[in-house]
Formats: sequence, structure tokens, C-alpha cells
Amino acid sequence: MTVRIYVPRDAAAVALGADRVVAAIEAEAAARGLDVAIVRNGSRGLHWVEPLVEVVVGDERIAYGPVKPSDVASLFDAGLLSGADHPLCHGATKDIPFLKQQTRLTFARCGITDPLSLDDYRRYRGLTGLQKAIAMAPEEIVREVTDSGLRGRGGAGFPTGIKWKTVLEAAGERKYIVCNADEGDSGTFADRMIMEGDPFVLIEGMAIAGLATGATKGFIYTRSEYPHAIAAMSEAIEIARREGILGPSVLGSARAFDMEVRVGAGAYVCGEETALLNSLEGKRGIVRAKPPLPAHKGLFDCPTVINNVISLASVPVILDRGAAFYRDFGMGRSRGTIPIQIAGNVKHGGLYETAFGLSLGEIVDHIAGGTATGRPVKAVQVGGPLGAYFPRALFDTPFDYEAFAAKDGLIGHAGIVVFDDTVDMLHQVRFAMEFCAIESCGKCTPCRIGSTRGVEVADRIAQGIEPEKNRELLGDLCNTMKFGSLCALGGFTPYPVLSAMAHFPEDFSPAPRVEAAE
Amino acid sequence: MNLHVSGDIGTRTLAIIDAMKDLEGPLLPILHEVQAEFGYVPQESLPVIAKALNLSRAEVHGVVTFYHDFRDHPTGRHVLKLCRAEACQSMGGDAIADRVKALLGIDFHQTTLDGAVTLEPVYCLGLCSCAPSAMLDGAVHARLDAASAAELVQEARR
Repeated sequence: MTVRIYVPRDAAAVALGADRVVAAIEAEAAARGLDVAIVRNGSRGLHWVEPLVEVVVGDERIAYGPVKPSDVASLFDAGLLSGADHPLCHGATKDIPFLKQQTRLTFARCGITDPLSLDDYRRYRGLTGLQKAIAMAPEEIVREVTDSGLRGRGGAGFPTGIKWKTVLEAAGERKYIVCNADEGDSGTFADRMIMEGDPFVLIEGMAIAGLATGATKGFIYTRSEYPHAIAAMSEAIEIARREGILGPSVLGSARAFDMEVRVGAGAYVCGEETALLNSLEGKRGIVRAKPPLPAHKGLFDCPTVINNVISLASVPVILDRGAAFYRDFGMGRSRGTIPIQIAGNVKHGGLYETAFGLSLGEIVDHIAGGTATGRPVKAVQVGGPLGAYFPRALFDTPFDYEAFAAKDGLIGHAGIVVFDDTVDMLHQVRFAMEFCAIESCGKCTPCRIGSTRGVEVADRIAQGIEPEKNRELLGDLCNTMKFGSLCALGGFTPYPVLSAMAHFPEDFSPAPRVEAAE
Repeated sequence: MNLHVSGDIGTRTLAIIDAMKDLEGPLLPILHEVQAEFGYVPQESLPVIAKALNLSRAEVHGVVTFYHDFRDHPTGRHVLKLCRAEACQSMGGDAIADRVKALLGIDFHQTTLDGAVTLEPVYCLGLCSCAPSAMLDGAVHARLDAASAAELVQEARR
């Protein structure tokens, strides 16, 4: 009897040796004359146990991890294929608390299916959203998405349905759906996981967006740093085209939609939507002034929906289960679920999809289990390099767009990076400014010049040169950048800087350095 | 205008353009392909691309120099990219970077004298839950420590 074994093809699993584990399992099974079939699934998001090996026993999948190639022989000795106990065994995967407590809507299939098996996709309710959309008028699809309360998961939190409505009502021979998969924020990997672990859901979401707005062409703009995602996404698009999901008649609807993957070239600012559009057009990734909005004049001056991967990948479940189903999760004006990406110095890193509303403290202390180093948590950066640093005193902040804004922070793309007490916040401030200087597109002065001046001022504080005056100067500079920059890069770089200065003032008063006398 | 295009580079660039020029917004895909072909974007390719896409040479130069990925000179035989972003910093990425630099005897953006390894910074590989991370010639590595970073350097040295 053939035993099915799942080992993820996700880049995180591969980076931790999944390919070598697969080779070891194949070799061990062959040597023992055992019949195994290995499926390369997406990641379940429990990254601290990657590479995670799952063995199908009856109706259950039994989890083992983190598995090294050198563990494989002992796993077989213990009875891996019958799901037997072993020091690396976690029991049934679905019962692992980190997974069991989640509400997986967008990531419902990720880690469960073979990402490139359309049969698997269909078996787990894939394409039902698109089928329903085909039977609906464009206005009805847009209303469904609006009613769901879905807001842009890239970070800005703009209502997705309103964006779609604008494009639907915009006049234009040709319209585009652009998926922003330029996930450059440190601490985030949800887009990558969807593209590698369930690419069809993104294709389905984009096709629905096309039907809703009259757009016939889609682009997924992703990063050159994501070779595994590019490969999986491209292959999935080929399959979808072959199976009539994409092409001149989407699922036999006589309505056309097709798409392609485009790869950026290492510019962080291209995650900003207008810079991304310029880059897609083959130009420098320079930010455009708004208005005109991309919804009116976007890619090649045509009406364009530009949405984040997670926004688009959440659309199929909304169409499938209905707006009310999705809207019932969450709090306040943050409806539905959010895939929180737990990263940095944590015991249990990975992806945790849940309804909005968990407090930051619950996430850091309970779900993430504190730091990997075992030292106290000092700061948590939420929302990528442009997000604020939160101290323990603000751990009661609920995960919600408005609640974070009220604390001078942002959810961004929902990545959280935890630092232990060895972190020097002045160093982090310098890095924030340095990163902005490296990645600034150069169009507006506050960002282009301000970031370089910011590095210099941070250095002067570190050197103990007129610290009080320079702290004030840094605050003033942040003010200029915040209100004078054209886009979020220059406009939000002050968030990590100001939050670090406000919550960790002790790191900004270094003892004046005594220079050695000549 | 007399364009002194070196025959080989010009011809190979033209073949790439021919295969891709019907894409919408073809410049980035063409540049990626040119870099894949030559290992960098040769100066000699720029006027060929500009002419084919009806752009000025300055426009093409502007695009090439805007993006961190595009290089105007060849790399070493291997390219080692170390993530420098916050999640990797929180797990000792700076110390790993110092160690790798010391082992290779070079700084970022430099190539070892024997032409074996080019060291580059990268800002996020999306492996932030298993930091620190690196990429060697397109293959990803995570949860690096001093020992595994040294192994990676050895592998790159080969």
C-alpha cells in the first residue's frame, strides 16, 4: 500500500532543508522496500517545525518536525509510515494548538493541498466563488465585496469594493487588474505563501475582479527575491489557461480574462502602487502624484484595479460563502480575517490567520511564545520597515486598523517583528533612515534628502554630539517627511523613528563619547 | 549616428528583444533576460534595446540604473546575498554578516580576488520567521548561525 507523505515546497521549508529531507525519505523508503508517494504541499505556516513532514494515516495527517535528513532513519525505525510516536511527532496536524486556534479563510487550503493540483483545488471548494461570480452582474459582485467589509491588505486598508466600483464605472476600452505581490516589508511572507502554497486562489480572485470591473488582463507584479513564488505562480497560470479558467472564455462564460507574472528588480519602492505601475510599464519605479487615481488612469493610462495578493485571495471565499459570512469575523471597521505574520526573535514564528481583534500581547506572548533567545521582549515592530515600534506598555492594543492608528502605528501588511532586550533602538532608527535613503525613488525632496540627513542626525546622537538639540532636529525632520513626502516610503519612515524615540528614550541618551586626545 | 555595437552582444541582445518585444511594457522582462544571458547588462546592449523599443538611450540607462538588480559588470562565479532587514537583525543577522565578510575578506558589493564570490545585501527574502536568511545563487537558506554561515561561505568558495 502506498503511503502519502507531505513535505512542503514552500521557500521557508526549502531554506530549512525540505528538499534534502525529501531525498532522504525517498532513499530510506527505497532501501526498506516501502512504497511512499511524496506530495510537495504549501506550508501550514508553522515555521518553527519546518521542514514539517506529514504522514497520512487513515483520515489523519500526523505531523513530524522539524525534520533533518539525519532524522529520517530514526523516524522510519519508529514507524513513521503508521504515524507512530517519535520525539519529533506532534500528533495530528490539525490539533496542533497554533493551527487549531486559527480561523483560516484566505489560507484555508494552504498547506493542505498540492498547490498545482486543480483537482485538489476543486475538492476544497476551489472555483465555487468564480462560478457564482459568473452568474452575477458586475454590480452585484462589487456589492458583495463592498458588503464583506474587505479592506486593502497591503497596508492602506482602503475598502476593496469601492476601488472596484470606481473601475467598473470608469469608461475605458481596456482595463487592468494588477496584483501587488511586491511584498518587500521585512516580517511579511503571506503573499509568498499564497503564491507558493495556493496559487489558484489568487488566479480565481483576479478573475473575479476582472468579471466585476470589465478588466480583461491581469498582471501579478512580484519580487525577484521570490523565485519559488514566481515558478509556482507561472506554472499555475499555465494550468489555469489549459483548463479554461483563464483565456477568451473564463469557465465557459464567454467573458475573457488572462494574466501574466512580472518580476521586479529589487526596488522596495515598487511596492508603492503608482511606482509599481511605472515599473510594469518599463519605466523607473518613480512614484506618481495622485490624482489621477489608478482606478481612473492606471496602467498605460487605463482604469486599473491594483490590490494586494491577500485582498485578491480573500475574494473567492467571500463570493463562495457570501459577504455576511466574511463580515461576521473581526471588530469595528476591520472585518474578516487577517493573516498575521509572526517573525523575528520568536519561539513560534509563522503565519497565523485570525479574525481582527487579538491584542498584540496575546500574539507576542501566547501565540508566538515569546522570544527565541528566551530574553525579555523589548520592542515589536508592526507593519514592516515603515511601521512603529511598540513597547510592552502598548501590548493591549487590539489588532485593528483604527486601534493601531490611534497609537501612532499601523498594521501594514500584518507582519510583526519581535526584538529582545539586546536591541538598540537608536541603531534601529538609523537603519530606518538608511533603508529609506537606499530605497527612495528620488522624486520628492523630503524623502530623498530627509532620509540621508536622518542618518547623519542619528549618527550625531550616537556620538553624543549635542544630543538634545539633535533629538529635536530628528523629530522636526520626521515631521517634514511625514507631511511633505509624496508616498508612504518617506511619509511613514518617521513611524519607526518617532515611536522608538517616544517609547525607548533611554536608548537616545548615550553617554558622551570621550574622544582620544591626539 | 554610428553605433559601434560589438557583434556578439548586439546579436544576442536582438534575439532576446525579438522574443519579447510584443509584451506589454517589455523593458523590464528584456533587461532581466539580458542579465540572465550575460550575467550583467552590458553597455553595448543599451543602444540596441533603445532603438528596438523606440526609447532614448538615456531612458534605458535610467531604468537600468534605477533598479538594484541590474548590474553593469559581471559578478563572481557565485552570488551570496545576505538579508539585512529587521527580522534578520533581530536574530543576529548583523553578526552573521560581519562573520561572512571576515571569512570572505570583502565587504558588500565586492567580489573576492579569486572571482569566486560576490557578496550582496538583500532587503528581505520573505523568510522572516526563520531568520537570519541568505540566498546563494538562487537557493535559499534560513536559521543561519555562525557554523552554517561558514558552511555557506565554503560552498560559495568552491
